[in-house]
Amino acid sequence: MQSAVIVFPASNCDRDAATALAKITGRKPLMVWHQETSLPPVDFVVIPGGFSYGDYLRSGAIAARSPILKDIIKKAETGLPVAGFCNGFQILTEAGLLPGALMRNKGLRFICRPQRLKIVNKDTMFTRAYKDTNEITIPIAHFDGNYFADRETLNKLRSSGRIVFKYLDNPNGSVNDIAGICNKAGNVLGMMPHPERAVDPLTGGTDGICLFKSVLEAIR
Amino acid sequence: MKAIIHIGLKPGVLDPQGRTIARSLSHMGFGSVTNARQGKTIELELDTQDAGQARIDVEKMCKQLLANVVIEDYQIEIIDEKAEEIPENTT
Repeated sequence: MQSAVIVFPASNCDRDAATALAKITGRKPLMVWHQETSLPPVDFVVIPGGFSYGDYLRSGAIAARSPILKDIIKKAETGLPVAGFCNGFQILTEAGLLPGALMRNKGLRFICRPQRLKIVNKDTMFTRAYKDTNEITIPIAHFDGNYFADRETLNKLRSSGRIVFKYLDNPNGSVNDIAGICNKAGNVLGMMPHPERAVDPLTGGTDGICLFKSVLEAIR
Repeated sequence: MKAIIHIGLKPGVLDPQGRTIARSLSHMGFGSVTNARQGKTIELELDTQDAGQARIDVEKMCKQLLANVVIEDYQIEIIDEKAEEIPENTT
């Protein structure tokens, strides 16, 4: 599987994502600068965490209008698997690939800690490898992780199994404890927690590995 | 031409920053404050003479970038600086 990691000014989890992808897929990902206008041929795209454009205007707002996003949107709409973690999730909502918005944490604090999550939908291309596991612990590190969507959108997400992860003790005020969602077709995932930071027992545990494995198995 | 855009969270969307501001003001003794909403203002300088067109353009800018209409409302003020120019005080 050839993967790509998109790099924006002030991305800071791009290398973590690259390390995780190289470790699990056995192949180094391509690092794609945001000014590129088209993606190289890849099977999976990660939009990494960080503070793209310094979080100016709104977190993810400027990155969502960068040249590479046009091509990502086009290809995601025809089925290319795309995952956004943290700032990547914010960028995907700002780009309109995922519904809702990420607002300032309810407690007005930057939260950085291991976070227990419930896997709500294990039948997605991002979660199938979790098999018998229902609860995982993945680090979170964000100021704007308070997920919001209107009632109609929430009903749609719920009834179509698009809520993929929920927080077990909601850290940021997210509506319905939502930590991660996918698009209607199931090929675009956005989540605030950082699975790329949970691929080594030495640093942050290994509960993130199965997410990348799931994608790898789905693509094979 | 100048456009001033006020952007704020929609009514019904929780604004924890606004709430904290209100609480702080009331702790300071400003007992009349019952609520606060925090927003932002963006000022644009526009190279056009057509106020109508300016409003149409700024409306598009708000929808496409400046506001996130999922959670935010916006108000646009168009200011024609020439029409508003105050004569220089010569006294």
